[in-house]
Amino acid sequence: MIDFRVLPEKASTFAESVDPLYWFLILFVGGFFLVVCAVVLYWGVKYRQRPEEDRPSYHPHAIKLEIAWTVVLVIIALGIFVWGSVLFFRAYDAPDDALEISVMGKQWMWKIRHPNGMRETNELHVPVDTPVRLTMTSQDVIHSFFIPAFRLKQDVLPAKYTTMWFKATKTGEYPLFCAEYCGTEHSTMGGRVFVMEPEAYAAWLRGEGGGEAPDDVLAAGRRLYDRLGCAACHTAGVENRGPLLEGIHGTTVEMTTGETVVVNDEYLRESILNPSYRVVKGYAPLMPSYKNQLEDEELMNLIAYIKSLPKQQVAIAEVK
Amino acid sequence: MATVVTDPNAAPAVHYLNWRKTVASWLFSLDHKRIAILYLISISVFFFVGGLLAAAFRLELLTPEGDLMQADTYNRYFTLHGVVMIFFFLIPSIPAVLGNFLIPLMIGAKDVAFPKLNLASWYVYMIGGTLGVLVLVTGGVDTGWTFYSPLSTTYANTNVFLAAMAAFVTGFSSILTGLNFLVTIHTMRAPGLTWFRLPLFIWAHYATSIIQVLATPVVAIAIFLIAIERVWGVGVFDPALGGDPILFQHLFWFYSHPAVYIMILPGMGVISEVIACNARNRIFGYPFIAFSSVAIAIVGFLVWGHHMFVSGQAMYSSLVFSVLTMLVAVPSAIKIFNWVGTLYRGNIVWTAPMLYAMGFLGLFAIGGGTGLFLGVTGTDIHLHDTYFVVAHFHYVMVGGAVMAYLAGLHFWWPKITGRLYNHLLGKLSAIIVFIGFNATFFPQFLLGMQGMPRRYHSYREEWQLLNIFSTSGAMILGIGFLLPVLYFTWSLVFGRRAGANPWGAKGLEWEKASSPPSPHNFDHDPVVTEEAYAYTGREQLSV
Ligand code: HEC
Ligand SMILES: [Cu+2]
Ligand SMILES: [Cu+2]
Repeated sequence: MIDFRVLPEKASTFAESVDPLYWFLILFVGGFFLVVCAVVLYWGVKYRQRPEEDRPSYHPHAIKLEIAWTVVLVIIALGIFVWGSVLFFRAYDAPDDALEISVMGKQWMWKIRHPNGMRETNELHVPVDTPVRLTMTSQDVIHSFFIPAFRLKQDVLPAKYTTMWFKATKTGEYPLFCAEYCGTEHSTMGGRVFVMEPEAYAAWLRGEGGGEAPDDVLAAGRRLYDRLGCAACHTAGVENRGPLLEGIHGTTVEMTTGETVVVNDEYLRESILNPSYRVVKGYAPLMPSYKNQLEDEELMNLIAYIKSLPKQQVAIAEVK
Repeated sequence: MATVVTDPNAAPAVHYLNWRKTVASWLFSLDHKRIAILYLISISVFFFVGGLLAAAFRLELLTPEGDLMQADTYNRYFTLHGVVMIFFFLIPSIPAVLGNFLIPLMIGAKDVAFPKLNLASWYVYMIGGTLGVLVLVTGGVDTGWTFYSPLSTTYANTNVFLAAMAAFVTGFSSILTGLNFLVTIHTMRAPGLTWFRLPLFIWAHYATSIIQVLATPVVAIAIFLIAIERVWGVGVFDPALGGDPILFQHLFWFYSHPAVYIMILPGMGVISEVIACNARNRIFGYPFIAFSSVAIAIVGFLVWGHHMFVSGQAMYSSLVFSVLTMLVAVPSAIKIFNWVGTLYRGNIVWTAPMLYAMGFLGLFAIGGGTGLFLGVTGTDIHLHDTYFVVAHFHYVMVGGAVMAYLAGLHFWWPKITGRLYNHLLGKLSAIIVFIGFNATFFPQFLLGMQGMPRRYHSYREEWQLLNIFSTSGAMILGIGFLLPVLYFTWSLVFGRRAGANPWGAKGLEWEKASSPPSPHNFDHDPVVTEEAYAYTGREQLSV
């Protein structure tokens, strides 16, 4: 039996909002093609050269017609552009309360880590009806994280973080692919996405449904933070050599150049690896670079730890 | 009109093909017509190499498992298929063969502006081609024709350097050809041949040449930077060395998107000629077709980022690239309307080139239309890097550019060789190509919609049926492409003499030059007194 569908099953809010546009485009382009064919065939037969007919050639001056169809085409083109862009905007704009999961691509597998440290390879378990944000990086070449059922994909780059968010709408199992050609085993670099009821996901997170041994990201991050001596400068009090990091994620920071930056994973990454690139206003560029001291995964742990530092501590520290 | 002394319909005793006979007289010829033939032979060889590679990996894709060949072999095949078809076939195809042959004839000149440079371009192309063949025999290259860094710069251990050099060198041939055409079109038009009397073929080549001259150096720079990085370890693109891989994509597409227009614009020029002649009508909206070529050439420089919507490029950049992409689609649609309009109240003759041209119209309508899916950011997210993209650009590049090239070859073959081919077989091959093409590539739209990523050696079982369709179509398409080789070759020896103007066409190359043309094109310098396409509707075929 053949189960034929033009678009794969849809299982995310984004898929639901974008599918009507696919159908519109299919009908629009299909219609255009059929009209071209019909007119060519009709005129092709009607105006074929026949010895018995003496039809002088036609010298058109159809400026008005030309302008009219140009204007109509421009309007249609812009209309489609706006429709698509609104959707694109939505695909970018992750809700603040999204569940954060990190993804690491490497030739040729996907390594995934959940907030509590639960890990998995080539499989992604997520709760249904919950916004999920993936923060992704690659250890080697460019890959691309692609879930057709969600109509989403995002390239995954070495030495940089990219993000992608979705809200799954239907429990089930969906294929996952690497869409950016990445070498020999590119076509096997994929797996499955499991969309689960939130309770089932919680149970899975506790290790009740397989998965690899959890290792606490935050604990690992904290250890690094201590070992690398970040606290020597980033602590409130005596010298105040570096800015406080508590509650910094999501805030807006001003640089010495006057530029303002919203603190996200990518900025944190840059601050740690390349601190002198953008220096926070009111501070000297004292911070050393940690470029060659951190593995990709360690860096992710460290950032997760910084993000976990609660805001209240800032207040307490300042009161002190 | 200049007075014609000799009867142009008589087959000339001495013409450019037979006036000198040694091999050296071909290899060192400065005659644009002979150089066109040199290109014709060389690009045909590359076309069949590229085609064989495609046939091989289409066979692999008959089954979901990777069983016929290793993943590494598969990856090399599709990479080489892309490199060969784009750099060694499509980019030179229409400009270097038909453009070279026809531009001087159409504008009433004895040759191009710089004949020696023209010959040099062919040698440069051949050096690039030889490097390409060297890549093939020394183990190939497996980065994809896009050469994305850091896969190409750090991780691939195949012959990336050599392949990049091949593309680099060939690029110069393209630049030189463009330069030559620009100067030729500006300075060598016959008296009376004003810009708005030029055949649209010339306008299209003019626009193409601008792109060749301005865009090709950028890819040369990108390739050069890769070389610097690989050889001296200077970080440009590789993040491990502090470079930025996205920069490579920008440089690459800054050339490779306009390159799409290098491939399709000359085809559009061919289609204008073929349709006007076969409809015995003036082109509907001549200035609109002419300026739309120029508009495409200019705006086409500003849309490269539509290849990078999911690459990590800033969202607002993507939106700007998207809106420009939507706008660059407009001039192409205008052309389609005007071509169809040219049929209106014409006296249409259904010749083989006309069938090819109508095939072009349909396939290009689909190719251009499906570009909307990819130019719109919201829908591109899902379709990017899937088979949908593969299908889309094959509709434009094969359905568009190759169909147009074949239309042109069938149209001007009698002029180039002085012989007629079997016209019935010509029509048959047009129909076979059209059917085979759709059978091959239409299923790939569906595969892409369903999420099958491109460049996959093995795939999910549910996609097998469509892949079988596609492979079967490819075999039909292969036959459609082989057929012309047979009857064209046959015509060289047994074909009837064509006479100067077998189609009853307008244009200096038909009305003032014999078939094949004399070594210096015209016996008397032509003077132009009328518009292009001054058809009366009563022109007769004699094929
Ligand atoms: C020698 C003192 C010093 C040490 C050690 C240090 N930093 Fe910093 N850090 C600074 C200073 C000073 C700044 C502000 C100037 C700048 O932006 O470079 C800063 C800025 C930052 C910022 C940007 C904060 C903002 O408000 O935008 C982050 C994040 C950061 N550091 C993280 C770390 C981490 C993680 C470590 C440990 C691995 C660390 N730092 C170790 C001195 C230090
Ligand atoms: Cu991949
Ligand atoms: Cu493009």
